[in-house]
Amino acid sequence: MRATVLVRPKQGILDPQGEAVEGSLRKLGFQVGAIRVGRVIDVELEAGDPDVARAEVERMCSELLANPLIESVEIRLEER
Amino acid sequence: MTELPVVAVVVFPGSNDDRDASWALGAVGADPVLVWHEETELPPKTGAVVLPGGFSYGDYLRSGAIASLSPAMGAVRRFAAAGGPVLGICNGFQILCEAGLLPGALRPNAQLEFVCRDARLRVENADTLFTRRCEEGQELVIPVKHGEGAWYADDGHFMQLGARGQIVLRYTEHVNGSLGNVAGVVNESGNVMGLMPHPEHAVDPLLGSADGGLLLAALLDAAAEHVLAAA
Repeated sequence: MRATVLVRPKQGILDPQGEAVEGSLRKLGFQVGAIRVGRVIDVELEAGDPDVARAEVERMCSELLANPLIESVEIRLEER
Repeated sequence: MTELPVVAVVVFPGSNDDRDASWALGAVGADPVLVWHEETELPPKTGAVVLPGGFSYGDYLRSGAIASLSPAMGAVRRFAAAGGPVLGICNGFQILCEAGLLPGALRPNAQLEFVCRDARLRVENADTLFTRRCEEGQELVIPVKHGEGAWYADDGHFMQLGARGQIVLRYTEHVNGSLGNVAGVVNESGNVMGLMPHPEHAVDPLLGSADGGLLLAALLDAAAEHVLAAA
């Protein structure tokens, strides 16, 4: 399986990077609301079972890929 | 002559204040020993550990995240669990937070700029291993130089830390958007501290301030006590 991990700054956490991008988009003339900047991590997995794969990626997130204090995580799984 | 207390300074790929920290520790009377991050043990008779500033692993993923999993951090964890004093400076503070040895997390500065200047700090708690050469309310001038120093904890946790005296140093002004202007915190058992300012850059009045020496000298006192207690 292949997992895509979307890591975002948690709601309510200041995201200065997002604010800077928002300001620049407005300068370009785009009418935008709040912008948040996160991170995408693609993970290739040996596991073929989606439940096993998800559990493994969840562990990866809590042990390294994200800091639960300041970041939220969304995991998407697909067949390779 | 009595032996100087051994202070292990852990060097990660991308650390850049390891030598400054060693020099400053030597200047206040320690025997600093550089320890490469791949080491699994600390030197014999280590009395204290310093995690220095820098950009370990290029700040990949999150500042301090990768370094927190280094083999040497296993040894630092065991040392801390045994009551050994550990001081994390700047990137060292970030590593200790990522390792779960200190509360909170460090986020990019609110102003999105690297900040590099002298900062004025207030000692909020002088009853710690690291601040006992200071007085409560005393103001210290110690330089900061970081891009990700905005310390954060959730509201409930923040209140709890304040009540327990774990907020040790605060900036007297806005520096980086840190919650409550927090500049340094200590763990619940009081033997692990992290701070964004660099005490190793403030040990000589010729360089603008010697206030950092107060913190490093206190660390040395703690190192000597730890070695005695362990003997």
